[in-house]
Amino acid sequence: MPVLDYLWIIPLLPLLGAAINGIFGARWPKSATSAVALSSTTLVFLAALEGVREFLMLPANQIPWTKTYFTWISAGGFQSDFALSVDQLTVVMLLVVTGVGWLIHIYSTGYMHDDPGYRRFFAYLNLFMFFMLILILAANYLLMFVGWEGVGLCSYLLIGFFFLKQSATNAGNKAFWVNRIGDFGFILGLLLMFRTFGSLNFSTVLPRAAAMTADPAGQIGTLTAIALLLFVGAAGKSAQIPLYVWLPDAMEGPTPVSALIHAATMVTAGVYMLVRSHAIFLNAPAAMQAVGVIGCATALFAATIGLVQTDIKKVLAYSTVSQLGYMFLACGVGAFGAGIFHLMTHAFFKGLLFLAAGSVIHAMGGEQDMRKMGGLRQKIPVTFWTMFMATLAIAGAPGFSGFFSKDEILNEAQRVSPVLWGLGVLTAGLTAFYMFRLLFLTFFGKQRYDEHHVHVHESPKNMTVPLIVLAILSVCGGWMAAPQLVGGINHFQQFLAPVLSTGTEPATTAAESTGGNEILQALTGAPVIAGLIGFLLAWWLYIKSPGTPKKIAASFSALYKLLSGKYFIDELYLAVIVRPLVWISDKILWHVVDEGAIDGAVNGVAHVSSEAGDRLRRASTGNIRSYATWIVLGVVVFTSLLLWMVD
Amino acid sequence: MVPTSYYLVLSAVLFGLGVIAFVFKRNILTIFMSIELMLNAVNLAFVAFSRALGQLQGQVFVFFVIVVAAAEAAVGLAIVILIHRNRGTLNVENVNSLKD
Repeated sequence: MPVLDYLWIIPLLPLLGAAINGIFGARWPKSATSAVALSSTTLVFLAALEGVREFLMLPANQIPWTKTYFTWISAGGFQSDFALSVDQLTVVMLLVVTGVGWLIHIYSTGYMHDDPGYRRFFAYLNLFMFFMLILILAANYLLMFVGWEGVGLCSYLLIGFFFLKQSATNAGNKAFWVNRIGDFGFILGLLLMFRTFGSLNFSTVLPRAAAMTADPAGQIGTLTAIALLLFVGAAGKSAQIPLYVWLPDAMEGPTPVSALIHAATMVTAGVYMLVRSHAIFLNAPAAMQAVGVIGCATALFAATIGLVQTDIKKVLAYSTVSQLGYMFLACGVGAFGAGIFHLMTHAFFKGLLFLAAGSVIHAMGGEQDMRKMGGLRQKIPVTFWTMFMATLAIAGAPGFSGFFSKDEILNEAQRVSPVLWGLGVLTAGLTAFYMFRLLFLTFFGKQRYDEHHVHVHESPKNMTVPLIVLAILSVCGGWMAAPQLVGGINHFQQFLAPVLSTGTEPATTAAESTGGNEILQALTGAPVIAGLIGFLLAWWLYIKSPGTPKKIAASFSALYKLLSGKYFIDELYLAVIVRPLVWISDKILWHVVDEGAIDGAVNGVAHVSSEAGDRLRRASTGNIRSYATWIVLGVVVFTSLLLWMVD
Repeated sequence: MVPTSYYLVLSAVLFGLGVIAFVFKRNILTIFMSIELMLNAVNLAFVAFSRALGQLQGQVFVFFVIVVAAAEAAVGLAIVILIHRNRGTLNVENVNSLKD
């Protein structure tokens, strides 16, 4: 088993790519840079495929397959190894990350072709792949945290990729700071976990957590505290209320970055971490409730903001926040498998949506405002058709990947709480509306750009081929769950079942109990109806009578302002948190503490020594005879002291 | 046989004279000679103890002191000559340029 025995090779390949491009690539032509970056990601994808093939042949008692390479930290009772491990959950993440990552690398060679920072871009992107693979392959929380911070760093570097633009550097800083808050919670969670279980290894912590008696509902016990702290970390990384504010701004980065990091992989790390820790969450009902409510609230909240955005990437950004909310909703109602399922399908269709949006932006020569597009359908047909597939997938059209995953989440939510289910269905309708609004504004209707200035052209092959591959995945990616509709087995859930043994039992029983008219029920289910209404509404507003949206905006101007101002959350944070912090730092910490206390102490020490030196200087008269006298006196004093002590 | 205390008293007297000259004389050459006087006073004490205790270490030490004193005389006299050349005087009261 070449790959599983040498598991380190998987994260090492992209690291090598990053190192070669970053260190030696300065004078190489672009073709060499892309050759290095592409070969490293291609090889890692092939290695992942081979690794998965070997994994599937493993006997069940060898799963999770763990490889310990060396002791990383050993301090007192604490030990942390550099250890990688593979189980079914890792396999899903591994395929998503390497597969989608590979496609996006190919796409980037076309999209970034004329950028002066070509080499820097690919070095960062490969480095990101390395850290993401460490994150998902880690066998303990500490190593996972290394990957976690590493992807955060790459995210920061790539958001601020166009660092000459003030808004891009600001967005990078914002992402970094907001993530610090989340990561602080994560670290606290890890410390509490170590204190409780004496270890940070998955293989030690999770069985012990599962064996503990559950915290009583509505009360905060140790497990609930750990779970909530981990969720704070997840909320930061995966852009949930109240820490979601960085993700929409992160769209300042190049579009392939938005696709890879801020849609398909990194932002889902929080969901992965939550699912990995499901043993803790299942014994902490209060934390589960918090996760579900916040996830549902985020899904609805972000979807409403997405309704009125005019920047094509901003719509997709809020859509990502909203879909991540769905995943957390799934975790909150105990459907961890459904959460991971949605994570996977979301990686396909949202990655595709961003890449297609990038293709549109490329075709429009950098224009991102949808009000200045329109009628692009015939000009860029490949982009249009692939984006159409992705839109159907995210809107939950029956048969497409998003349909299966969203349906599953909402089914699970219905059994836990009708309110969560209702809000989820409402969000599904809003999702269909804003996605078709995007599609109609961009590709249908009159062309609203100046043809003399914008030369609309279809993207090159290396951009369209990844689009087509992702479109196929967006359509078919959910079919693993399809047999469930005719009373069969959900293959995806069954595959994950060994990892999530406790979490997925209700799902299978639910499938068995209802049976019968599953297909009819699913096809006429509330999410599909809501999606249909959303679609029809978008069609009516943006195709049938394009003047209506303006009228509606005018008659509900207060609501419209609230939505297009993103509920003024950024302004609220600025007034309540940022400004007071800056004020305290400036007026108190800088001028009083730093200048007064710290500088005062340092300068005081210097002043005292210089004063003392000045006094002592007078003893040096330059008179040799007085020096001689001092020497003699010194000898006399010390000799008598010595004699006195001997006696 | 002369008692050891006689030698020690003589050594102490010589050393005391050396100290007094070291502190009060103004001529560098005299100061220098007073240092030599102190060294030899100590040598005398060493030899006296060596004889009284019947051990050789004291005498060995005296040889070291003589060697060091010879080296010191070579360097010290060179310095004295240089001071005389540069300042035209050997009075330490006038050699005080270290002050400030």
